[in-house]
Amino acid sequence: MRNSSRYDRMFERLAERDEAAFGAFVMLGDPDLATSAAMLDALVEGGADMLEVGIPFSDPVADGPVIQAAAVRALARGATPADCFALLKAFRARHPDVPVGILTYANLVVARGRDAFYRAAAEAGVDSVLVADVPLKEAAPFVASAGAAGVDPVLIAAPNTPAGTLAGIADSARGYTYCVARAGVTGADAEVAFDAGLLARLGELGAPPPVLGFGISRPEHVRAARRAGAAGIITGSAIVALAAGHPGREAEAVRRFAAGMKDATRP
Amino acid sequence: MKRDGRFGRYGGAYVPEILMPALDQLEAAFLDAQADPAFNAELDELLAKYAGRPTPLTRCRNLGTDKAQIYLKREDLLHGGAHKTNQVLGQALLALRMGKRRIIAETGAGQHGVATALAGALFGLETRIYMGAHDVERQRLNVFRMELMGAEVIPVESGSRTLKDAINEALRDWAASFADTHYLLGTVAGPHPFPTIVREFQRVIGKEARAQILAEEGRLPDAVIACVGGGSNAMGAFADFVDDETVRLIGVEAAGRGLDGAEHGATLLRGRPGILHGAETYVLQDADGQISESWSVSAGLDYPAVGPEHAYLKDSGRADYVGVTDREALDAFALLARSEGIICAFESAHALAHALKLAEAATQETLLVVNLSGRGDKDMVQAQGLLAPSA
Ligand SMILES: Cc1ncc(COP(=O)(O)O)c(C=O)c1O
Repeated sequence: MRNSSRYDRMFERLAERDEAAFGAFVMLGDPDLATSAAMLDALVEGGADMLEVGIPFSDPVADGPVIQAAAVRALARGATPADCFALLKAFRARHPDVPVGILTYANLVVARGRDAFYRAAAEAGVDSVLVADVPLKEAAPFVASAGAAGVDPVLIAAPNTPAGTLAGIADSARGYTYCVARAGVTGADAEVAFDAGLLARLGELGAPPPVLGFGISRPEHVRAARRAGAAGIITGSAIVALAAGHPGREAEAVRRFAAGMKDATRP
Repeated sequence: MKRDGRFGRYGGAYVPEILMPALDQLEAAFLDAQADPAFNAELDELLAKYAGRPTPLTRCRNLGTDKAQIYLKREDLLHGGAHKTNQVLGQALLALRMGKRRIIAETGAGQHGVATALAGALFGLETRIYMGAHDVERQRLNVFRMELMGAEVIPVESGSRTLKDAINEALRDWAASFADTHYLLGTVAGPHPFPTIVREFQRVIGKEARAQILAEEGRLPDAVIACVGGGSNAMGAFADFVDDETVRLIGVEAAGRGLDGAEHGATLLRGRPGILHGAETYVLQDADGQISESWSVSAGLDYPAVGPEHAYLKDSGRADYVGVTDREALDAFALLARSEGIICAFESAHALAHALKLAEAATQETLLVVNLSGRGDKDMVQAQGLLAPSA
């Protein structure tokens, strides 16, 4: 069975209980690889349904200051894509069922070779890859390499994405659809607004389940997203900032945070 | 215009999906403007009466040899002090056409920032310039010029604190602000349609130079030589000569402290294909694909990627790319000042330095056109430190 069905099984399981998925993001290698691995375990323990992991890139144009700083710290400590794949492989051995997606940038993918990158992801037990600077227009070769390796290509849909592009995303994307809740780059917002229209349009087009990201940092955001029809949410900057604020106690801090966020995904 | 924004395998638009509608809108506005005589008339009038086009093609009286004559295309005399003004005026008109009220830009040497600031002042557009903190330090005069013209200059502290980081920050701003903001990118790099738009607005350089050298010498030059940072002055100088097969096109990259080390900006000579700032192109990077920090004495050439059309011209063999070190460029800079009474930008001195080598080696009648992309005012403080005879 393909790895990618971990997403399907997760969404089915959650739908039965009328829950949304809580996705947690960690920048691998920040502050170091061992702490990242402990944070992933703690997030799952706290209640994360799916994990999104960043492979640090030197020039992350889609990221705001918090995740940029995390990438800088990870690179300064020497984290490489090979280290990240090894970490994920070990995570997979401990957690056979939790879906894991990589979030990274195009140059790291093409530097390894597209096919080789997706194969390495598959071998590490990764379910999906989202390349932040690859829009649908440039996605075909990435989608093809993902398909060949048995990894789900996740694509981003935004509130301003035109209908024709949404249809293409619905066709090509697998696993879930990453919906950006707003314009701009990643960050933890005080308040978030959701485009329920985008979720409805994706639903009509038969796109993979919509998961909302960008800015989501509080339980009330999660409840609002669930009410708007999101199948899940992803929290990134809030987790990264929390970990950075608890040196030496990162895992415990994010475990408690995850529990609060997971609670808010329930009816 | 190439609809898919590709130059062979290079180019494309690798940006977050959220920016794609803004790029589509820009492409549509550009195509529409190109077909609109009123747009072209307004731009031509601005270029002539505000910016000072055409710029002269000056034959060097003292540089060159018995065999080789060196002509300088004098973009240093353009309003704003560099070729950047040509395309900024074009893009500012596009911004107005799209109903945007704010412009943002990145800048390295500060020349593109100055050009953007002057357009912002001229057209009443709110203007913000992102500039690497390291460049802010080495180009203080240009920061002051931008501020004097009403632009807000934001020092970028991330990464190498140079041009590449300023582009990252401008892209981040644009991802949130595209509804009312135009990103006025400063060179032929970045996602489609920027490489094409900027080339078309810079094409005037080579178009004029071609007519001027034909009028002067009755023949085409043997080579057109330009420095390559992002590649805009070179693409502008090359574009109208690309079909003239006898004319060698030579792009000069910053060899910095030497091509054998890591301290250079020679992307085409030492990089390999990758994806940065929205385009597939040559990139200075490590084995994993992390972007390397470049180096050049000239901030404008201190960039680890390059416009995708240059990548294509290199692979296709139509253009040649060579390196000139900091030292060679500074020598050419000083020599031009002493022998012709012209103080050029450090960037442009790279192109001149290579022309001087070709002139030295010439065994038959040779006509060289050097694009003198900008003047040296911005480099005076740094030059004083590096060259001052009394220091
Ligand atoms: C005078 C001058 N020449 C050249 C450049 C390099 O840019 P490009 O390669 O786009 O012409 C700059 C950039 O700031 C510049 O100021």
